[in-house]
Amino acid sequence: MEAVYELILFLVLLALGYGFGQWAERSHYQSIFKREKELAGILVFAERLPPPDPAFKESRLVGGSVVISVDYFKRFLALLRSFIGGRVSSYESLLDRARREALLRMKMEAQEKGFQSVFNVKFETASISKGKGKNIGSIEVFVYGTALGSGSGSGSQ
Amino acid sequence: MLVSNLEIVPGKRVTKHLGLVQGSTVRAKHVGRDLMAGLKNIFGGELKGYTELLQESRQEATDRMLEQAKSLGANAVLNVRFSTSSVTQGAAELFVYGTAVVIE
Repeated sequence: MEAVYELILFLVLLALGYGFGQWAERSHYQSIFKREKELAGILVFAERLPPPDPAFKESRLVGGSVVISVDYFKRFLALLRSFIGGRVSSYESLLDRARREALLRMKMEAQEKGFQSVFNVKFETASISKGKGKNIGSIEVFVYGTALGSGSGSGSQ
Repeated sequence: MLVSNLEIVPGKRVTKHLGLVQGSTVRAKHVGRDLMAGLKNIFGGELKGYTELLQESRQEATDRMLEQAKSLGANAVLNVRFSTSSVTQGAAELFVYGTAVVIE
């Protein structure tokens, strides 16, 4: 009897995870696409040294971070995946969302402070909590770089 | 105090190097947040409490680094790097380091 309850609980969690997880991912991607268009004016570079430009008067460290958790259904898929190997697409989309979200937050900070470009951008990823059985529960992505520009005086864009 | 992760400051010259400065903090999450995180582990999505917690901790680590830089007499910290590691279950260390310099 207990086994039946456990199975029912498992199926309910799986269904909840699937429903809410898919919904959360879709709405998150929509908001990412929208904000990426809005912030397209802020240029981001991975270059270590900025080109000599007299417009770069001010410099300031900016960063953005996000902690995102994977849902129950996707974690189950990843578990199944670990038996046969190959691409774990459920985690790929999780990391993609987290990176893009963190990048957008960094861009937003740069824009708020009146900068137009960010140099030497670094990504930092850490798994901050483990789920059951050493699965990745949630990940943190932190993006930082140095914003260069004429500073807050000139206003955004 | 100027903080930057570039090696140079555009338009300014570094007149003095004062060496490495660093700051770190180890933070644990509290039970309430952990409970919420447990729910989010089923539904998925952003853990806002954790995002804030880590942001605060990172700010604290940076403040410690800046304090050290100030006591050395620096007016800028260049080439700043951040690093995160989970020490134990439920606690994370945030570490930040850079080079303290004097710019003109």
